[in-house]
Amino acid sequence: MAKRDVPEINAGSMADIAFLLLIFFLVTTTMNVDTGISRKLPEKQDPNIKPPKLKEKNVFVVTVNRNNEILVEGEKFIQVDQLREEAKKFIDNGGGLGNPIKDPRTGEMLPAAECTWCEGAKDPASSDHPNKAVISLESNRGTSYGTYIAVQNELVGAYTDLRNRLANKLYGKSYDQLVKDLNNDPNNESLKAKVKDIKTKYPQIISEAEPLK
Amino acid sequence: MSKFKKKKKGLPAISTASLPDIVFMLLFFFMVSTTMRETDLKVKVTLPFATEVKKLERKSLVSYIYVGKMNGVGGDKIQLNDRISDVKNVKYFIFAERESHSEDEIPLLTTSIKADINSNVGTITDIKEELRNVNALKINYSTRKGDITKNIK
Repeated sequence: MAKRDVPEINAGSMADIAFLLLIFFLVTTTMNVDTGISRKLPEKQDPNIKPPKLKEKNVFVVTVNRNNEILVEGEKFIQVDQLREEAKKFIDNGGGLGNPIKDPRTGEMLPAAECTWCEGAKDPASSDHPNKAVISLESNRGTSYGTYIAVQNELVGAYTDLRNRLANKLYGKSYDQLVKDLNNDPNNESLKAKVKDIKTKYPQIISEAEPLK
Repeated sequence: MSKFKKKKKGLPAISTASLPDIVFMLLFFFMVSTTMRETDLKVKVTLPFATEVKKLERKSLVSYIYVGKMNGVGGDKIQLNDRISDVKNVKYFIFAERESHSEDEIPLLTTSIKADINSNVGTITDIKEELRNVNALKINYSTRKGDITKNIK
């Protein structure tokens, strides 16, 4: 049989085809990484159940009005960049006894105790304990979303700062790092216990009131 | 000097044989690192800035609600899927999202609120109230990472 020459396939248009595909994917896809502030909404309450009574000194009221001004405790106008310090001062005050908590190891109820890890001023007129301290955020329907997010961010940030500080002191690692490590190694029991410990010591209690009309 | 042919003048053509390889490499990069655009945005959304941001994990469990102004005028509009919608339809949107997931994934479903920086808190509250009514409690305020003072003008 005569040897047949197989002609070479012209690959010159390969680049064109690839470019076409490339442009298609560039147009139809997005490269956004979604980031945001995660919150959990409160469950609907039975309207017959009365909300628990809180001492006024354990509530830190942040009000944002329709002109995007921030009022703290009903008396002081502040800028958004001061809010974090104010919130930290309030949460970390530790002026009294906290709510009784469960012992993480035995599951027994421990008696109400003082906040031994707080570094606040221990002012008796401010919050008793981080697990009693409630931050109440009141907004107006006309408040701009940007301000609202900024305030939310600062309040969450205050908790994050305190948690990081405590984790650094107890475990030599920031809380963010602990959570990140836990995500990489979800079955690590000691890490889980550490994260839970920090969370119970500084529980995030931010309550949102119905916005004013 | 007849033995040596005179060299042709001018540069030789640059070989483009490796061009497809380069383009394919780019193509694969984009195919891997991007995701398909799912909805056409009808409202204009400029996300606010925040510092305490977390990455949203498991995108298949996230449903998006967009809030913003249409063509930059008028009041806040809510967009669900591809349509401008009313607050009342938020619950049906959540039901539809739940329908498309298996039973054990439902508690993990997250609603991401992508709202424009200048929209009103009232609109967001209405949405949150609807979400509470149908017990879709995990939410995420979508933000960009950045300085929060830029939120306030």
